[in-house]
Amino acid sequence: MEFFRIRRDIPFMRHALVFNIISLVTFLAAVFFLFTRGLHLSIEFTGGTVIEVAYAQPADIGKVRSTIEAMKVGDTQVQNFGSARDVLIRLPLADGVKQSELVGRVFDTLCRAEGGAIEARQGVSDKGESISRQVCAAGNVEPVTLQRSEFVGPQVGKELAVDGAMALGFVVLGIMIYLALRFEWKFAVAAIVANLHDVIIILGFFAFFQWEFSLAVLAAVLAVLGYSVNESVVIFDRIRETFRRFRKMSPPEVIDHAITSTISRTIITHGSTQMMVLSMLIFGGPTLYYFALALTVGILFGIYSSVFVAAAIAMWLGIKREDLVKSGSKEIDPNDPNSGAVV
Amino acid sequence: MNRYPLWKYAILAIALLVGLVYTAPNFFGEAPAVQVSSAKATLKLDSAFAPRVQQLLEEAGLKPDFVQFDGNSVKARLPETDAQIKAKDALSKALNPDPANPSYIVALNLLSRSPGWLTALHALPMYLGLDLRGGVHFLMQVDMKAALTKKAESLTGDVRTLLRDKNIRHAGISRDGDSLEVRFRERDTLTAAVALLSDQLPDLQWAESVDGGELKLRGTLKPAAARLVQEQALKQNITTLHNRVNELGVAEPVIQQQGLDRVVVQLPGVQDTAKAKDIIGRTATLEVRMVNESAEAREAERGGAAVPFGSERYLERNGAPIIVYRQVVLTGDNLTDAQAGFDGQTQEPAVHLTLDAKGSRIFRDVTRENIGKRMAILLFEKGKGEVVTAPVIRSEIGGGRVQISGRMTTAEAADTALLLRAGSLAAPMEIIEERTVGPSLGADNIDKGFNSVLYGLIAIAVFMCAYYGLFGVISTLALGFNLLMLVAILSMLQATLTLPGIAAIALTLGMAIDANVLINERVREELRGGAPPQLAIHNGYERAFATILDSNITTLIAGVALLAFGSGPVRGFAVVHCLGILTSMFSAVMFSRGLVNLWYGRQKRLKSVSIGQIWKPDAAANTAIKA
Repeated sequence: MEFFRIRRDIPFMRHALVFNIISLVTFLAAVFFLFTRGLHLSIEFTGGTVIEVAYAQPADIGKVRSTIEAMKVGDTQVQNFGSARDVLIRLPLADGVKQSELVGRVFDTLCRAEGGAIEARQGVSDKGESISRQVCAAGNVEPVTLQRSEFVGPQVGKELAVDGAMALGFVVLGIMIYLALRFEWKFAVAAIVANLHDVIIILGFFAFFQWEFSLAVLAAVLAVLGYSVNESVVIFDRIRETFRRFRKMSPPEVIDHAITSTISRTIITHGSTQMMVLSMLIFGGPTLYYFALALTVGILFGIYSSVFVAAAIAMWLGIKREDLVKSGSKEIDPNDPNSGAVV
Repeated sequence: MNRYPLWKYAILAIALLVGLVYTAPNFFGEAPAVQVSSAKATLKLDSAFAPRVQQLLEEAGLKPDFVQFDGNSVKARLPETDAQIKAKDALSKALNPDPANPSYIVALNLLSRSPGWLTALHALPMYLGLDLRGGVHFLMQVDMKAALTKKAESLTGDVRTLLRDKNIRHAGISRDGDSLEVRFRERDTLTAAVALLSDQLPDLQWAESVDGGELKLRGTLKPAAARLVQEQALKQNITTLHNRVNELGVAEPVIQQQGLDRVVVQLPGVQDTAKAKDIIGRTATLEVRMVNESAEAREAERGGAAVPFGSERYLERNGAPIIVYRQVVLTGDNLTDAQAGFDGQTQEPAVHLTLDAKGSRIFRDVTRENIGKRMAILLFEKGKGEVVTAPVIRSEIGGGRVQISGRMTTAEAADTALLLRAGSLAAPMEIIEERTVGPSLGADNIDKGFNSVLYGLIAIAVFMCAYYGLFGVISTLALGFNLLMLVAILSMLQATLTLPGIAAIALTLGMAIDANVLINERVREELRGGAPPQLAIHNGYERAFATILDSNITTLIAGVALLAFGSGPVRGFAVVHCLGILTSMFSAVMFSRGLVNLWYGRQKRLKSVSIGQIWKPDAAANTAIKA
């Protein structure tokens, strides 16, 4: 099998302007949605409480919502999570509500709404591990069970937000320094602009669809940032090599050649990674859903931006043969650690 | 040219073997077990306890797989859950004759089913995080300001005593937050006081100021001393938490310091947060009472008479009964510190207690009136008291510094000091983060995480084999080897596996295939360019390496940033991600090359390699090179 039967270099750079306009429009749209809608931050960043309960019967969301709203604990979000029986309840931080007791109170209220009463039970799992838990018992059945709860205090949330921003800054700076050492500044700028534009677009997606932005999503964004920068690195490597080998080509032709000769690797690599991510998206359950979604958007835009945006920006910045090939006399410098770094 | 020297194959073989050995324990699953640990701070288990548990189990007609002592507890692995419950009941009955006042905690636990020889190699399964196992997680913030205030409070008492002892007249001492202020009327006394205080209280630094007609001396804790106070406060809180958590009978609690002022508490298998919080937040109390040494009391101690009116019978740590008055002289609230040390004169091991101002006053009065008598210090845990120590009062003790010495070893002194401190938290704590995960959800998460990795891997494997032929098979094997190495390293490090960790494994594998794609594409390109197969393989690997290195460095930068700034679940993700990048370098480059060399390297006249179809743009008819 050979998917990519390309006879001649594809003239990508002839359409560079079109690609850049597409990028700019998507970018501006992403920024627009980020400002108008904002990110739907998870409680890890904002502080607050999340409770996941499972009902024995398909849950009546309206009833759950009105039951909790009657408690007057701030504005509540109630939604299905995974299946019709699982319900996720989000309670933001509210003044005058003791957060650390909230989970118990909410569960107690939900339990009484189902006609049950809370009792503590000691049990043993099938594997032989002792489990102590609070059970909502109504006769012999458990109308509602507490699956998971999470409470994050305001100070922790603020710290996580700051740490997240620092991590992003560190990654951008680290990659810039690396690229500047590895290539020259025009490439570093081009690569980082292209990949930051990816990050903004991922965030734009999360803002537009109001998907939940959690710590795991942030991790995915950073991982994908590192991953798609290497895409640009591969293409830049190839550009440098092409400049050396074909002395008569103009810079756009060189870029076209470099992209064409790496496109097969680009698509196969990203395709493989995407298969894995897709597997997480399908089989990973609701917990990994947004993580996998962020990766999916990131990988797709990663291909686009490193192929079409980064190279185009480098072209606008005016890369020349002289920028890359320092010694004119030698075709390939055997002592150059960067020679041969090609696909 | 495509031959590895023997030592390279040897390295690969060893890596494979080590990988298999350390990955293996994760597949044996877990067997039911019982765990016996001490219920009392005063009782310590040792290795001699294991044979006793073994004997008790055998008497109950049970055959444990093994019984072992592991530092804090004795664990016995049993073949099935029925036997486990029976064993728990038998042990509780035999070890705790009085169920209302248990000396031992017998808890159900799980132990790895992996064979003994693996355990002997320290090949242990990974820990499962709470999100995979179910349980509760608390992050607690220690109120360090309160710890400093408490320290300042006790120093205020010290200053007062010192000045009085040396007859230096002051116009008042007060505490303001975590600093203290002494006022003087005359310059001379101030100078004398500065000299004395700087000498005697090295933890404080003093600054003078004039306010109206009054001279003021302001003492603040030196940064180093303040840091020490905070460290000790955190340590003491962790110790206290350990004691309290033990009571919950949780098999493997985690209580760890996080950052400078936080403590993480993780209790697997506990879902009853209300009870957990209740126990964690409870305060044990310490009381000082006088010992009743009357004739009736002596008789009562021996069990010959009823306990006299107004007195109570308690046990000392060695089990001897002792009769003490009901009246409480002091409570633990007045005790600011207890440290093990040595007597200044005799160099005997001793316990030094520090009392606050109110405590010192009461203590001075009580000791003056009761020279030659015994006083008992009782620790109440779970509403039951026990006499920690009952020393004889030798002289009047003023100034709030009490020393208990005589007939003590260094270890006993340290234990006593710990017990005296264990009752209370050095500083209040607040829960700032709480997570609970139900056990069924945990099991569900394991399945989902495992399935994502499995199906993703299968999809990649099928594609690679179809697209690249034998080279695809080799790439897949290399990817499998990568997974093996990653799991083996995580097991060796005894890392805690969480759902984000599993996600990182999946993602890392998905990204790691990049290296093999690079190599395979490069080899194809060399072949397309007309290079003979052996040379194509050689050049393909050589030339792809720099690019692989490059691409991994950028990914690694992101991983390290996550490791540095991430917390909690993200950290787990980052650790796996970074390790995975490193193992993928090894497996994709060296391992796959090893396999290729093994297969093709020995063939002298290699005509073709199986790397899928090589399409050449200039040839009208596809001259594919196929194996």
